[in-house]
Amino acid sequence: MKMNLEDRLKENPELKKQFDVLDAYIGELGTPEGSLINVLHRAQEIFGYLPDEVLEFVSSRLNVPRSTVYGVVTFYHFFSRVPKGRHTVTVCLGTACYVRGGNAVYEKVMRTLGIKAGETTRDGRFSLDLVRCVGACGLAPVVVIDKDTYGRSTPEKVAMLLNKYA
Amino acid sequence: MIRNQLLVCAGGACITSGEKSVKDVLVDELKKNGIEDEVQVIETGCMGACDLGPIVVVYPEGTFYQKVTAENAGLIVNEHLVKGRTVDGLLYTEPTSERKAQTSGDIPFYTRQVKRVLRNCGVIDPLSIEEYIARDGYFALGKALEMTPDDIIQVLVDSGLRGRGGAGFPTGRKWKATREAKGSPKYVVCNGDEGDPGAFMDRSVLEGDPHSIVEAMAIAGYAIGAEQGYMYVRAEYPLAIERFEYAIGKAREYGFLGRNILGAGFNFDIEIRIGAGAFVCGEETALLRSIEGKRGTPSVKPPFPAQSGLWNKPTLINNVETYANIPQIITNGAEWFRSVGTLKNPGTKVFALVGKVQNTGLVEVPMGTTLRELVFDIGGGIPGGKKFKAAQTGGPSGGVITADYLDMPIDFDSVKEIGTIMGSGGLVVLDEDNCMVDIAKFYLGFTVDESCGKCTPCREGTRQMYQMMERICDGKGRDGDIERLNKLANMIEDTSLCGLGQSAPNPVLSTIRFYEDEYRAHIYEKKCPSHVCKHLLTYSVTPDKCVGCTACARQCPVHAITGEVKKIHVIDQSKCTKCGSCYEICRFSAIRKE
Amino acid sequence: MKSLEELKRIKEQTLKEMDLRQAKERGKVIVAMGTCGIAAGAKDALMAIIEELEKADIHDVKVVQSGCMGLCDKEPTVEVAMKDQPAVIYGDVNDANARRIVREHVQGGNVVADLVIKRENI
Ligand SMILES: Cc1cc2nc3c(=O)[nH]c(=O)nc-3n(C[C@H](O)[C@H](O)[C@H](O)COP(=O)(O)O)c2cc1C
Ligand code: FES
Repeated sequence: MKMNLEDRLKENPELKKQFDVLDAYIGELGTPEGSLINVLHRAQEIFGYLPDEVLEFVSSRLNVPRSTVYGVVTFYHFFSRVPKGRHTVTVCLGTACYVRGGNAVYEKVMRTLGIKAGETTRDGRFSLDLVRCVGACGLAPVVVIDKDTYGRSTPEKVAMLLNKYA
Repeated sequence: MIRNQLLVCAGGACITSGEKSVKDVLVDELKKNGIEDEVQVIETGCMGACDLGPIVVVYPEGTFYQKVTAENAGLIVNEHLVKGRTVDGLLYTEPTSERKAQTSGDIPFYTRQVKRVLRNCGVIDPLSIEEYIARDGYFALGKALEMTPDDIIQVLVDSGLRGRGGAGFPTGRKWKATREAKGSPKYVVCNGDEGDPGAFMDRSVLEGDPHSIVEAMAIAGYAIGAEQGYMYVRAEYPLAIERFEYAIGKAREYGFLGRNILGAGFNFDIEIRIGAGAFVCGEETALLRSIEGKRGTPSVKPPFPAQSGLWNKPTLINNVETYANIPQIITNGAEWFRSVGTLKNPGTKVFALVGKVQNTGLVEVPMGTTLRELVFDIGGGIPGGKKFKAAQTGGPSGGVITADYLDMPIDFDSVKEIGTIMGSGGLVVLDEDNCMVDIAKFYLGFTVDESCGKCTPCREGTRQMYQMMERICDGKGRDGDIERLNKLANMIEDTSLCGLGQSAPNPVLSTIRFYEDEYRAHIYEKKCPSHVCKHLLTYSVTPDKCVGCTACARQCPVHAITGEVKKIHVIDQSKCTKCGSCYEICRFSAIRKE
Repeated sequence: MKSLEELKRIKEQTLKEMDLRQAKERGKVIVAMGTCGIAAGAKDALMAIIEELEKADIHDVKVVQSGCMGLCDKEPTVEVAMKDQPAVIYGDVNDANARRIVREHVQGGNVVADLVIKRENI
């Protein structure tokens, strides 16, 4: 049987800490009205993704129906319902990157990692995402790995870039 | 006492090309030479010439160093600052005259621009409110608070400023409507969603000159009678969010936000709302729902946001670049604003010049500048000696401007006449290697992904169009496809609920209009004239060029290539997946692609 | 922030700090910072000049550095090139001489005759 959240938090101080951080963040919000998306951003930062128990917590804390929370989470690409790998590889397929060969880079990353956008490698090392423009179009095609942005990327450079992230 | 200032461009592209480590090296070297108290290092917003990054400018000389790396940044300190010798190797070389440019004033990319919106970007430290003030910042707010709201709106009406978010709606009229609308409270919203992929004007303003938007939003609040503003920024722009947040904090500290601003009895504050990756949220009614914390689905207009916007209250929504013009219009007047640009399109426009062009980056030019000036004079032409084919404007809602229209002045009205839109300023240059059918398919794929699903024509119609485009690119096009595309496109345009769907067929319609022969080649001859569409290509070995090095055979992921050492190789067409690996690896140009 | 007055004060003050980035039209003072120049004290001269210009509230004259001017035995050397006037090169510019050059030549408009080592042809 699934334990309820309170019991699980008692057994798992790590998890409790994460929920406390989220709780404090919500407590500090001046106007909770309309803050759902900002709260979900913060929650994803803390937990890495948005599992059911986090959504339920947000729903009761903000006093927003669960259906609304689910509706919002599934509407926006940015929110993930599944855990991400240790590193997130994001390939830009905005126009500037596309016309300068971003697709070839994307295909090479797919082949190298053996996964498609939205998936995570079996060893949990990499998740792969696509975005439409990160605003560094001058250096297209662009690949972002975690917080590092790499411009003028080519299929040949892909392996070298990935190797930097263990 | 400071004798030199080093301005390091910390715009998105320069950060990508290693700005942080360059800055660290500069700071380190200054310390090593014991001159860290005499020379100041300042990070600025985007200087525009993204292709030349990372950029470091040394003042007072104004020496413009480009493509600086962590390895050679030390030279700027050890040579220029310690020994007074310009580092020639890091100067920009003007390609035609082969002259070295000492300052940005010697580089055509800069000299042909008129910086208004970007006047502070790359010149001031975006984190310093004092530097913004030194460049006349917040004086417009001071002046505005001494005017009546109606006078402010009149100045805007007289200026002829049109919204820079894409549609070009007269800003003064919008402010007036919001001021006159019944209902309270009212809200001021800034659209920083910048959804057009391939555009980064708004990002650069928010990162390089955030206070100009804070000031403009406060002026707007006073003019329309609002006390609360919302800044909506897309989540893909973390640095813009950070800098804008910081600017809001500073503005509060200095009393430009908060209660009783400048003693005029006016209260105003701004909150940031972060997007979450949905293109449709750039559309104003969807954006307002997203600020409310809901799913960002658009609604039918009217009512317009001016009447019923955020929480059903009158709401003013303008684009970042639109706001960026406002303080200067208040300070310098409507006549000044009209002194550049054209009669119906006064002022300047910022373009993100990207794609197949030599000098990629951000450029600001008077409205009515021709495409030729943008692409060739400022952009330096097409790299690799290739031929210019077209420029795409307006992103997924826009279309193409072809070589025949290179001399047409670009403004909101003229581009409409040839079936595209100005959009927010993304200008993607395409060369002979780009297939127009493929580009149209790319945009359509984008719309399919981004359609919010609320209305059927957009959700299903674009998908149908996309499948047809895919078929055409896969070599399965059928007679009558062009007509079918046209018909469906018109239907989607007429019946979609919001601007996303209504404009989604544009890229297809525009490319059919100018490149019908390319479509026909795909459909009837099963050929892609630009050699882009994978399934329409055949790779073969040119016997007299093949030396039998075996590189291609080893590279081929599906073992479709056979041949022995020093013998001519052969590609088995039935196995070939057209991945192009052999074409890339061959050092003897022996693989033919057609 | 209570008033426009206060805003103006911040503007004036910050403009001074940003002064290096303004276009300076009236002329420039060039300090030779080659190895020999630095060894002879060119940096002291440079800082003295900047300080003195600041004191005199002169903001339209640029101070720039150059490499060796090739007059090593007269180092530190400083060139004053005011607009519409022939450039003048001074030698042996120590701290005190540097201040004199600013006061007498840049501010007062009179060439400091005893320090001149070279004058541009008139
Ligand atoms: C699908 C779609 C996407 C849009 N995306 C943006 C955008 O990213 N940024 C923007 O400022 N305006 C965008 N707009 C235009 C806005 O709806 C709105 O017209 C604009 O924010 C008004 O500001 P302005 O009058 O200052 O241009 C978009 C419109 C549509 C239909
Ligand atoms: S299109 Fe890739 S960074 Fe803009």
